Amino acid sequence: MADRKTPLLDELEKGPWPSFVKEIKKSAKSPMVQDLLGQLERSYQEKIGHWKHGGLVGVRGYGGGVIGRYNDLPKEFPQVSEFHTIRVNQPAGWFYTSEALRTLCDIWEKHGSGLTNMHGSTGDIVFLGTRTTELEPIFAKLTEAGYDLGGSGSDMRTPSCCAGQARCEWACYDTMGFTYEVTQTYQDELHRPAFPYKFKIKAAGCPNDCVAAVARADMSVIGTWRDAIQIDQAAVAEYATGGKLNIARDVAGRCPTRCIAWDGKTLFIDDENCVKCMHCINAMPKALAPGKDRGAAILVGAKAPIVEGALLSSVLVPFIKMEPPYDDIKELLNAMWELWSEHGKNRERIGEFIQRIGLGNFLEQIGLEVVPEMVTQPRTNPYIYYQLS
Amino acid sequence: MSAEPAKRKTDIGPPHYEKFLPPVIKENYGKWKYHENPRAGVLVHVAHSGAKLWSVRAATPRLMSIETLRLFAAIADEFCGGYLRFTSRNNVEFLLSDGGKVDPLIARLEKEGYPVGGTGPAITNIVHTQGWVHCHSAASDASGVVKSLMDALFPHFQKMELPAKVRVAFACCLNMCGAVHCSDIAVLAVHRKPPRINNETLPKTCEIPSTVAACPTGAIRPATVDGKQTVQVIEEQCMFCGNCFTVCPSMTMADPENDGISIWVGGKVSNARHEPMFSKLAIPYLPNNPPRWPEVVEAVKHLVEVYAKNARPFERMGEWIERIGWPRFFKLTGLPFTKYHIDDFRHAGESFRRSAHIRQSSQG
Repeated sequence: MADRKTPLLDELEKGPWPSFVKEIKKSAKSPMVQDLLGQLERSYQEKIGHWKHGGLVGVRGYGGGVIGRYNDLPKEFPQVSEFHTIRVNQPAGWFYTSEALRTLCDIWEKHGSGLTNMHGSTGDIVFLGTRTTELEPIFAKLTEAGYDLGGSGSDMRTPSCCAGQARCEWACYDTMGFTYEVTQTYQDELHRPAFPYKFKIKAAGCPNDCVAAVARADMSVIGTWRDAIQIDQAAVAEYATGGKLNIARDVAGRCPTRCIAWDGKTLFIDDENCVKCMHCINAMPKALAPGKDRGAAILVGAKAPIVEGALLSSVLVPFIKMEPPYDDIKELLNAMWELWSEHGKNRERIGEFIQRIGLGNFLEQIGLEVVPEMVTQPRTNPYIYYQLS
Repeated sequence: MSAEPAKRKTDIGPPHYEKFLPPVIKENYGKWKYHENPRAGVLVHVAHSGAKLWSVRAATPRLMSIETLRLFAAIADEFCGGYLRFTSRNNVEFLLSDGGKVDPLIARLEKEGYPVGGTGPAITNIVHTQGWVHCHSAASDASGVVKSLMDALFPHFQKMELPAKVRVAFACCLNMCGAVHCSDIAVLAVHRKPPRINNETLPKTCEIPSTVAACPTGAIRPATVDGKQTVQVIEEQCMFCGNCFTVCPSMTMADPENDGISIWVGGKVSNARHEPMFSKLAIPYLPNNPPRWPEVVEAVKHLVEVYAKNARPFERMGEWIERIGWPRFFKLTGLPFTKYHIDDFRHAGESFRRSAHIRQSSQG
C-alpha cells in the first residue's frame, strides 16, 4: 500500500523525545493504521477531531472493558470506521516479563491495529483500535493467556497501585497484594456496570502517593505509620557533612509542623506532632525510614471537574492495618457501594454524593464513627440539623 | 453430535504479578532498606540483605507500536533476564540485578531513541489523554502537544537541576482523563463556544431529561423545534464544560477556530511538606496551533524557567508561589491577570482574599 502523505505529522518525528508518529508508522503495515494516519493528518489540518461518540459494543456477558469508537469520515477512512479500544487489566505494579509482552503483542497483531497505550490513565493496558467482529476472538485469546478485561462505564474501574514493597522501602503495606486481592474479589463489579457512576480505587504505598490516589481515586488507600520515624543518627551525620544538604534549612526548616530539631549533631523528631508527610525521609533516604507500626489511611471521593467541580479525597479512616484478605476494607466498600447505589443520582460520583447528603450522614449510614481527623476544623456555621431523639 | 464447545472463560482477573517479578525482587519483597539516585534515570534500591536492584528508566511516547514493545522485550532479554515494568507516568523501567550492565543498557536505549532520565528534581514524562488520535470530545490533540513540550523540556528530563520535581500533565478536555487538576503545570484543552444542537438527530439519540440534568448551571431546557421534542441552551449560562455532549451526542462542542489551550500551575498530589493541592489558572487561553503548538511550548518553557530561577531547594511550583504570593507570580512571569482568573463557580468565594494581608510595594 502506498504510504500516505502526512506533512504535518511528519514534523512530530523531529526532536529528541520519542515520537508517537514514528510509533504509528511502525505499525503502518496494517491498513487500519494507514487510515488512522490519514484521518489524524486531516485533524491536524482542520484542527478538529473526527471520532464520533462511542457506541455500545463489548464482549458477551460483560458491560465494560471495550470503548466503542467510530469515525465521522467512514467513506474517506473506511479502515477506521470502527476503531474500538480494549482495556486489558494490567498486572499489579505494571511488572512484565519479555514473554508476557510478546504474548500480548502476538494477540494484538493478529486482531487489531498493533497500537497500544502502556498504559491508560486508569492503569489498564490499552489496545487501540479494532473492529467489532474481532472483540470475541481477542477476548478468547486473552483469557486463554491468563488476561482479562478492565473496567469502563459506571463500574468499579480497574484498580491500580505503585510498585509498593516490590521495590520501595517506603511502602507501608503490600500495595500490589491489596490491588490484586480487591480486583479478584470484585470481578463482577468490574465487568458489569451497576453503579451510579465510575468508582476508582488506587493504592499508594506511602504519602508520596506516586499513583495520585488522592486526586484520581474514589477510594484512595495511602500508606502511613503510627509510631516514630526510624532514625540512623550516623547516617544523618553523613548527610550533614556531605555538603549537598543543609539539614537545618532543607529538612527541619521545611517540616510542615516544625516537629524536627537539629543541633548540628543529633536529629530530634517530635513524632506526636509529625503528620507523616515524608519530606524528611525523602531528603535523607539512607538515614530515615517510616516507623514499624505501618498501615494505611483511607480517603474517599476524589474526582476531576465533571460535573460539580473537582475534589480531592478526604479522610474516612485515619489508620487501618492492611492485612490480607482485607475483610475490613471490603466491608467498608460494600457498605459505601450499597448506600451510593441506592441513593446516588445517575452520574454522581461518590465524592459529590457525600457533599450532597453530608459527610456526617454518610458516616452514620455506613456505620463509621465520626473522628476529628476527618476535618481540618469543626464547622464555623451554626446552621445545625439538630435531631431530637 | 458436535463436540462440546470449550467453556468460555470469564472473570479470571489479571495474571498474578508474582510471576513477572525478577528473582532479586521476589527474594527482597518488603525488605528494602534505602535507595539512591546516582544519575538521571537510574535508581539503585538496596535491601537489608545487601542485595541491589538497578532500575533504568527510559522515555516512551505512551502510544506505542507492538514493534516497540517487542524491542523492549528483546532489550530486557539481553540486559536483565527479560524483566521490565512501566511507571505511573508511562516510562519504561528495566530491572537489573547486575550493575555492570547499566551503562551498556543506557547506551542501547539511547541508540534506539528511548532516552534515559526522568528521576529526581527533573521533568519526567507528561501524563496525557488521547486527543485527536482516539477521542470524540477532544478540544486539541494530546500526543502532539506532549511531544512538542517534551522536545523543549528535554534538558530537564536528562538532568536533575530543578529546585524540585515539576509534574506536567495534559488533558484534551475538561473530562480530564489524567490528574491534570493537581499538577505543577497542567495543560488543559478547552472549548469556548456553547454546544451546537442538531435538532434533527437529538430526539432520536438523546434522552431529554438526562440531557437537561447534565448541565451543572441549569442552562439546558426542553424545547420544541419544528414540532420535534429537543432542547435549547441559554448561551450566557454555558461555561463550556461539555458535560451535555457526554450524555447527548447531538450537542457537539468541538470548534476549530475557538478551541484552544489553558495553562494551570501549582498543583501537587504528594503529601511531602505541603498538603496536596489543585492547580490554579495561569493562562486562560492559547490558540490551537498544530503541528507544534509554539505558543503553548513557549509559555510552559517560560514558566519552568521563572520557577527554576526563583524557587528554593525542595520547593514545588505551588509551594514557591505560596511563599511569594500570586501577585508576585504574575509579576515575575509577566502574565496578565484577568477576570477569568477569578473563580465564579460553586465555591468561588473561598478564593477571595478576606484580609488585609497584602504584600505591598512602593514600586507598585
